[in-house]
Amino acid sequence: MADVKKIATRESYGNALAECGAKYPNLVVLDADLAGATKTGVFKKAFPDRHIDCGIAECNMTGIAAGLATCGKVPFISSFAMFAAGRNFEQVRNSIGYPHLNVKIGATHAGITVGEDGATHQCNEDIALMRTIPGMTVIVPADDVEAKAAVEAAINYNGPVYLRFGRAAVPVINDTPEYKFEIGKGVVLKEGKDVTIIATGTCVSGALEAAEKLAADGIDAEVINIHTIKPLDNDLVLASAKKTGKVVTAEEHSVIGGLGSAVCDLLSEKQPTKVCKIGMNDVFGESGTAGGLLEKYGLDGNGIYAKVKAFVQE
Amino acid sequence: MNKLELAKMANEVRKGIVTAVHSAKAGHPGGSLSAADMFTYLYFEEMNIDPKNPKMENRDRFVLSKGHTAPGLYSALANRGYFPVEDLKTLRKLGSYLQGHPCMQETPGVDMSSGSLGQGLSAAVGMALAAKMDNKDYRVYCLCGDGEIQEGQIWEASMFAGHRKLDNLVVIVDNNGLQIDGKVEDVCSPYPIDKKFEAFNFHTININGNDMDEIAAAMKEARETKGMPTAIIMKTVKGKGVSFMENNAGWHGKAPSDEEYAIAMADLEKIGEELGGAN
Repeated sequence: MADVKKIATRESYGNALAECGAKYPNLVVLDADLAGATKTGVFKKAFPDRHIDCGIAECNMTGIAAGLATCGKVPFISSFAMFAAGRNFEQVRNSIGYPHLNVKIGATHAGITVGEDGATHQCNEDIALMRTIPGMTVIVPADDVEAKAAVEAAINYNGPVYLRFGRAAVPVINDTPEYKFEIGKGVVLKEGKDVTIIATGTCVSGALEAAEKLAADGIDAEVINIHTIKPLDNDLVLASAKKTGKVVTAEEHSVIGGLGSAVCDLLSEKQPTKVCKIGMNDVFGESGTAGGLLEKYGLDGNGIYAKVKAFVQE
Repeated sequence: MNKLELAKMANEVRKGIVTAVHSAKAGHPGGSLSAADMFTYLYFEEMNIDPKNPKMENRDRFVLSKGHTAPGLYSALANRGYFPVEDLKTLRKLGSYLQGHPCMQETPGVDMSSGSLGQGLSAAVGMALAAKMDNKDYRVYCLCGDGEIQEGQIWEASMFAGHRKLDNLVVIVDNNGLQIDGKVEDVCSPYPIDKKFEAFNFHTININGNDMDEIAAAMKEARETKGMPTAIIMKTVKGKGVSFMENNAGWHGKAPSDEEYAIAMADLEKIGEELGGAN
């Protein structure tokens, strides 16, 4: 995948908001002094009257968005995942989730690919936190095309949505005429029969890379992109698990509570299948380049390849 | 309503509070009773609302940031005609639309779910901001506790409201002086309350919150205040109207027994008679 175009999904987030601004007059965007980093500055420039900078006060921003939503606005609150989901958890639960208000949470800088800022800003717990909230939709786009489609889908969906974006540029893999985004519908990127790799976000391109390497070893892997962690595409996961009998999950998130757990919750009940969860193994991250960290923690193509191969050969 | 009619209605609201909490065998009578006059003034005099059309687009909004005093809000709503007064007895019961803390999806007239302290004011600020963005003239009222303002989010919201000059927002602090663990000044003093809001660019008004004339004057002053939000700091008596509950932190979150309920209702009946009977 040497010459593939790379774009950070946070860029896609900002661009999508700006592109949707004219079409959706009730769309408003809130920031907590990070508009430059969350890339919502693009929206701010185009629609200054509908961009609200709340200063460094994420909890208040969340409540303001709740109040705006009760008055018919469609607010997107933007911050790093660490604050949007972490610091804010109880505000999201009680002020947005409980009244099921139409607020979208645009969480950028998720996972370890935050990079050099280190562990304090690398949120590997947000999917777990958000998917426990009743009625919350949780979406983790894999690339630019998917991120933009997810933003517009979230605008058209009435209810709270958590959208997870990354800081680092990731390969554009969905730039095809037939690509279609639907909340809750996973995408089979490669069919296979020996093992199912279910990936989300940053790990989707790594999973495709791993599948190529596995093919060279004679292992035919199916690759599924689960962009919506909640509601999970149960039918797709169950059908693939039934076909291959072995499931690997890959995510830039803790192995506790994220995609891997969501898949295990489903399979343990409906279709007991052995699962190998690839993610952050109950550890904090550290400073480093995004690529260096993905490599160290085994979340890049090579890391996923090695783990899947060992799992298949067990 | 004139002052006497409002006072009589506030007494009815208090009866509803005591009855609801007694029936629930749980709840928060102290801070509901202290703010009963304010609940009454807001819903019977101040706010542009329609009980038959609770979601009227241009209505004034109310957020009960100190959501544990839901019995006070529910009693005002019931007496105003949003739902039957008799239903107050279902408070906190399984299947009731009167949840322990306000739930906007369940209860007609509740504009925002609340109860986790510190969060309601931010939502009220969002509503006031929405009115400004849409050039609408509705106003937003938010009732906070004097213990609640120990929460940092209150000051995040206040900084924003002052910065944005939200003169359609009125924050009311029920300064009954008591929180669960004792006197607010002993637990972690919020004083001086008015100076804090002034520092966040609010217009501030100090009143006796158990006096309808002072409430009316403060609301008029708030309406006339342009270019900044208003904070009304109202001194009140926690448990106001019920002899054994007044100024007693123990009645923050406790229901009266059958005997205590009889005494409480007798206290309120007496107040009602002194006011000259029902409206």
